[in-house]
Amino acid sequence: MGTDFNVRGRISNPSPCKYKSGNPENVSDKQNTLNRRQFMGQCAHTVGSMSILGLLLGSYSKQSVSTPAWAIRPPGAIAEEDFLGACVRCGLCVRDCPYDTLKLAEFGSEVATGTPYFIARDIPCEMCDDIPCVAACPTDALSKELTDIRDADMGVAVLTGPDTCYSVTGVAHCRACYIACPIKDEAITMEQKRVGTRTYFEPTVHAGSCTGCGKCEESCVTDEASIKVLPRHLAKHDTSKTA
Amino acid sequence: MTIATAGAGGERSLWEKNKWLLLRRTAQFSILFLFLLGPWFGIWWLKGNLASSVFLDTVSLTDPFILLQSVASGHAVGQSAVIGAVTIFIFYFLVGGRVYCSWVCPINVVTDGATWLRNRLKLNLSWSVKKSARIWIMLMALAVSAVTGTIAWEAVNPITMLQRGLVFGMGLAWVIVLAVFLFDLLVTRRGWCSHLCPVGAFYSLVGKRSLVRMNAAERQACTDCGDCFRVCPEPHVIIPALKPEQTTDTSVILDSDCTNCGRCIDVCDDRVFRFSTRFG
Repeated sequence: MGTDFNVRGRISNPSPCKYKSGNPENVSDKQNTLNRRQFMGQCAHTVGSMSILGLLLGSYSKQSVSTPAWAIRPPGAIAEEDFLGACVRCGLCVRDCPYDTLKLAEFGSEVATGTPYFIARDIPCEMCDDIPCVAACPTDALSKELTDIRDADMGVAVLTGPDTCYSVTGVAHCRACYIACPIKDEAITMEQKRVGTRTYFEPTVHAGSCTGCGKCEESCVTDEASIKVLPRHLAKHDTSKTA
Repeated sequence: MTIATAGAGGERSLWEKNKWLLLRRTAQFSILFLFLLGPWFGIWWLKGNLASSVFLDTVSLTDPFILLQSVASGHAVGQSAVIGAVTIFIFYFLVGGRVYCSWVCPINVVTDGATWLRNRLKLNLSWSVKKSARIWIMLMALAVSAVTGTIAWEAVNPITMLQRGLVFGMGLAWVIVLAVFLFDLLVTRRGWCSHLCPVGAFYSLVGKRSLVRMNAAERQACTDCGDCFRVCPEPHVIIPALKPEQTTDTSVILDSDCTNCGRCIDVCDDRVFRFSTRFG
């Protein structure tokens, strides 16, 4: 890229006159003949400029790979590091989600621009039987191998607030998360626990069955949800889901 | 801007002087409006965005340059995306690759606006950037996609940022659009679309052998007024057709940098230009 500042006339593009006047042979000689020093210089110039741009673009696009924990990918989403190479940011999954669960990340948010996600506390995944978001995906960023929504692995629910959970602390006989769970008794059970003389029921997530749909997180009655869906690698469970 | 002079065939009407510009703007806004019918009125004829979409729930369309980056990143490519990209590729292969730039791309409206304002304000300073830069940026985007395993250009692409922003929610995408506008207004004349944009570079390659072409058919009527050169976003494409080295050289504009915008037809009072096939 030539980088010289030059003041031109009002018309800064070539006019026909420029090409008619003068000896055309001289013009082509100047353009086509380069000595080796000039040639190497131009190569270095191009390689240098593009390397700088490439490093900037590369580090920027790589930075957005670290998706925040509150953003959950749609069911069937392939591993995050592969997802950003496969997802073309078209939003067709968002359009076909019947519950308006899915959102397309806007530029400036922490999620890679144009990629789909949802926030469980706002609108969780309703686990449609026909999985319309996966059907809509043109690129298999949402893998067509997911045919049973119960095999989905969007994340894992974790009782992040045992100190606020009504059932654990004994404030109330709450079991909102358990009732909300679409796979109750498999993904969440209320386990009887005993501390000293006090008996209580603790919402217990079974990572092998939990799809990470977020219904529990949405339904939790405490101000800050006491149960949250986290990406599987953050949830400290066995990272392989075997439903 | 142009003072009407009676060329061959007499005075031209206001419609004749702006026909292709108006048709082009109509096409650009119609396509955008088709995408907006869904979110605004619940009419889902065209779903998705310029990256990939579905027309009438049957025809899938995918941007081949985005898919090419996905392939470069080394990840799974879905069947309907490939079909969609081939469809788009064939279309632009026939009508001219850079028809995308002048008839579809929403950024074209922004940069045309910047150029118009630049002319009105008589801003002469232009930082010169080689036209080959966009080819290198295109190759760089593919290389970065391969190295990082992401669709690299989509992290910054102003075209999809703006279009996705309008259809799905803008966020801070207007910052990028504003940056492109200011770049074309203050830094380099026709800087983005004609020098830097790798999407345009890609579509230029798609249209290397395209059928629909601009033709300086009545070049003998040219009065050297320079109107076409002033208005053309890629003026270098006109020269071989309008001012050939030999009179037997074709009057068809064969350079695939030509965006088939038709503005040269609009501004030429001598009625030199018309659309034709590449065979004349």
